[in-house]
Amino acid sequence: MKDFIIPWNDPDMGTPAKTGAPVTLTIDGAAVTVPEGTSVMRAAYEAGIAVPKLCATDSVEAFGSCRLCVVEIEGRRGTPASCTTPVSEGMVVHTQSSKVQKIRKGVMELYISDHPLDCLTCSANGDCELQDMAGAVGLRDVRYTPGENHYDPTGTGALSAADAKGREGPGNFRYIPKDESNPYFTYDPSKCIVCSRCVRACEEVQGTFALTIEGRGFESRVSAGGAVDDFLSSDCVSCGACVQACPTATLQEKSVAELGTPTRSVVTTCAYCGVGCSFKAEMNGDQLVRMVPYKNGKANRGHSCVKGRFAYGYASHQDRITSPMIRESIDEPWREVSWDEALNFAAGRLKGIQEKYGRKSVGVITSSRCTNEETFLVQKLARGVFMNNNTDTCARVCHSPTGYGLGQTFGTSAGTQDFDSVEHTDVVIVIGANPTDGHPVFASRLKKRLRAGAKLIVIDPRRIDLVKSAHVEAAHHLPLRPGTNVAVVTALAHVIVSEGLMDEDFIRERCDWNEFLEYAEFVKQERHSPEATEMLTGVPAETLREAARTFARGGNGAIYYGLGVTEHSQGSTTVMGIANLAMLTGNIGRPGVGVNPLRGQNNVQGSCDMGSFPHELPGYRHVKLPEVRETFEAAWGVTIDPEPGLRIPNMLDAAVDGTFKGLYCQGEDILQSDPDTKHVAAGLAAMECVIVHDLFLNETANYAHVFLPGSSFLEKDGTFTNAERRINMVRRVMAPKAGYADWEVTQLLAQAMGADWNYTHPREIMAEIAATTPSFAGVTYERINELGSIQWPCNDSAPEGTPLMHVDEFKRGKGRFMITEYVATDEKTGPRFPLLLTTGRILSQYNVGAQTRRTANSTWHEQDLLEIHPHDAEVRGVNEGDFVKLASRSGETTLRATITDRVSPGVVYTTFHHPDTQANVITTDFSDWATNCPEYKVTAVQVSPSNGPTDWQERYSEQAAQSRRILPAAE
Amino acid sequence: MSPEKMVTMANQIATFFETQPGEDQLGRFADHINDFWEPRMRRQLLDYIAAGGEGLKPMVTDAADRIAEPAE
Repeated sequence: MKDFIIPWNDPDMGTPAKTGAPVTLTIDGAAVTVPEGTSVMRAAYEAGIAVPKLCATDSVEAFGSCRLCVVEIEGRRGTPASCTTPVSEGMVVHTQSSKVQKIRKGVMELYISDHPLDCLTCSANGDCELQDMAGAVGLRDVRYTPGENHYDPTGTGALSAADAKGREGPGNFRYIPKDESNPYFTYDPSKCIVCSRCVRACEEVQGTFALTIEGRGFESRVSAGGAVDDFLSSDCVSCGACVQACPTATLQEKSVAELGTPTRSVVTTCAYCGVGCSFKAEMNGDQLVRMVPYKNGKANRGHSCVKGRFAYGYASHQDRITSPMIRESIDEPWREVSWDEALNFAAGRLKGIQEKYGRKSVGVITSSRCTNEETFLVQKLARGVFMNNNTDTCARVCHSPTGYGLGQTFGTSAGTQDFDSVEHTDVVIVIGANPTDGHPVFASRLKKRLRAGAKLIVIDPRRIDLVKSAHVEAAHHLPLRPGTNVAVVTALAHVIVSEGLMDEDFIRERCDWNEFLEYAEFVKQERHSPEATEMLTGVPAETLREAARTFARGGNGAIYYGLGVTEHSQGSTTVMGIANLAMLTGNIGRPGVGVNPLRGQNNVQGSCDMGSFPHELPGYRHVKLPEVRETFEAAWGVTIDPEPGLRIPNMLDAAVDGTFKGLYCQGEDILQSDPDTKHVAAGLAAMECVIVHDLFLNETANYAHVFLPGSSFLEKDGTFTNAERRINMVRRVMAPKAGYADWEVTQLLAQAMGADWNYTHPREIMAEIAATTPSFAGVTYERINELGSIQWPCNDSAPEGTPLMHVDEFKRGKGRFMITEYVATDEKTGPRFPLLLTTGRILSQYNVGAQTRRTANSTWHEQDLLEIHPHDAEVRGVNEGDFVKLASRSGETTLRATITDRVSPGVVYTTFHHPDTQANVITTDFSDWATNCPEYKVTAVQVSPSNGPTDWQERYSEQAAQSRRILPAAE
Repeated sequence: MSPEKMVTMANQIATFFETQPGEDQLGRFADHINDFWEPRMRRQLLDYIAAGGEGLKPMVTDAADRIAEPAE
């Protein structure tokens, strides 16, 4: 893939693309046809003519402030700004004339008169639009003598920072020193030209409204938040949109200042959340200088968040383990060994275990952070080399109910839309998701639509940011008690059916009518009414009724949901209830509607697609089906076990029972991420061979016998599949630090076990996936490169992929309404544990934090906090910042409390990004009825003041420290 | 796994299928177990039912002869 080198064909076109009827005009003698509404500037770019500009950039609407882009238009007076002038039929434009040239020079001269002349040592040198424009307009002299300015700290008439050195002067009250408070970028007001691109990007692209222009005229300055705020203390979420928009070095990545301007770039895919943003990895040699969101990325459309854009430092962190390690038992220190020794040790142990305890005594966990190709190989290792179906993935603990629930109702285990769909949505339900923290780039796109008038219904126990933030306010917030999702969703359906708000035509045409009648009979029962369920759910009946009416009558209705739906005893039932709502209201099969699971990890969708589940071969086909097994048996030359294998919790149970003894765990930290830590630890401790394949010595590695160093997403080729089913390329930009990409390591392990695997590139693995899996039949690397990305299914009937699913009919034929009876979880509050704990994510950290904790993102979140309502805090004598003990029937831990009314009385909330918090010591072993997805979101707890860590936390950190010892390599 | 946990899991599944309309809820319950429970888990469940099945819902115990006997 080495041909993916700059220049990329993604010039800044000045103003955003428009859609509309074609309009033809003439620019500098060339005819060009563009959609109605397009600016003259953009039309000129389309014709290959770059009109000089400073305040325009195609990520934000035109502003018309710099006047550098003025042109002459025949028949019109004056010199209009080309950025704000829309094209019209037959228009004749001249972008160059002595008149506009003179104006542009005058404009530039004024800009430069208040800009330091430090170009040679400026961090934007080589990447500065001000410099480029000075050249483009032919500015060769500045007539103004030094006067009042914003850049000379001394007030002595110095022309640059270099010139000011050594000068003593009266000082310059207009000079503001650099704001270095953000760990990733600097704000240097002395270089600002007040083009407002950053302010507009913060508003239009990110939707945070943290930045503003303070003052008027010559006093105008960019300001983050209020007068006393710097970037870090302001509302800024460090998404980087302002840095991206800035034409000068005013907002500049610190990495560029330090490492120099990048010289090449490679388009790749972010390895954080399930949005799957496309980025340009901008490089000098094999050194990563910065990550820049890629404008042609169809998931992110040029936007990014603080994780993907800035938090890549973990990939080169000193904690990276780059040598394989082994040990006889987990109380010994690690021994660094060669790859051969480690792989033979691992293979020998696994084979020994299988001989002693049987074929089914070993298994694998595939990673939702690794590529499709790597995941495919790991499950193939279980099925084709271990000869069993003991394969599972972390989707077990997040979105497995989505797979089951949508499979039952629609016939596919995936979201129905692409992210672009949100631009056509009129009313959005966000349930059990917190997009501004968990899926920030999608949240920005959603907020943009909300600002344009779409309505929002939030169903969440917490008052998440979307409920009310800058220029966004939910029409309805349904603050339900944790664990009552099914009751709320069914009550919404009750209102829709009993008030006759359903889309009967859609239901008759697209769904099974008899099943609908049964369903309607069920939901119409009085016990499902909002009034009857109010006591249970805590949602005021009238609020719920109004929300149901808003959704049913509001036009295009889309439902977005996250782990607050799935991670419950009735997770699968809620997913079915959501599917019911979409079918009831006819919101399936066109842009702007649909059921959209927001996936947690970058490749959760892909890891599920690739057959990571113990009952399914790639493409969601049950292992019991002989015709499916035959496909893979023919391809692999093995016999595939027709029985389902063990899921992660079942593996741990079987380990405790003594029948499961060996595990190959790639890129997942089950000890930290899975519920009921003590049970996970007991299961791992009972195994005789735990192989951890990871970037770092994670928590699970405390119980491992073999450590195989992993490769970051920058070090390998492959594909990730995001929440839209979009297959995006991951491209290697540097050599693997430990010598091998992860797919190579799995292959080496398979070879050490005796398998004849000989892949030389991940594209060969993709070819095998395409050959065996109908929904991937048309996918090749060549095709992805050609199209940029592909949404599966991609096959003969959809050669370019499928942005929208279930357009004419459901995958399973008729949509199926499912009865969704509410069943209270067994996890109940009582005198000992009177509060409900629910868990979630924060913007700056990601999952178990293995990556983000090793970056400056910890500046924003250095520890997990327990959110508690003032009322609950007061009766317990808990003050802001106090250490508190959090106890459930599973265990207890301590962390610091923060007091907030974002949570309702009776509910407490925390994140699980830090291992020393051990939030999962608290969570229980209850799980979703259909899939065993753990019930993370509801745990009965008690909170009490505490002096410090619990005994368990101290014992744990002692064991972890012991376990992480590494002996120097023997020479 | 602990018998209590197995009983909880089996009863949760039965609780769902009990609420479903149509016929043969028992069969659909058994299909779910056969599709998702690894042979060791089915063995444990069948042995537990044979030993009296304390705490199990009637649907679970009634389904015993429709839960596939693990081959090994």
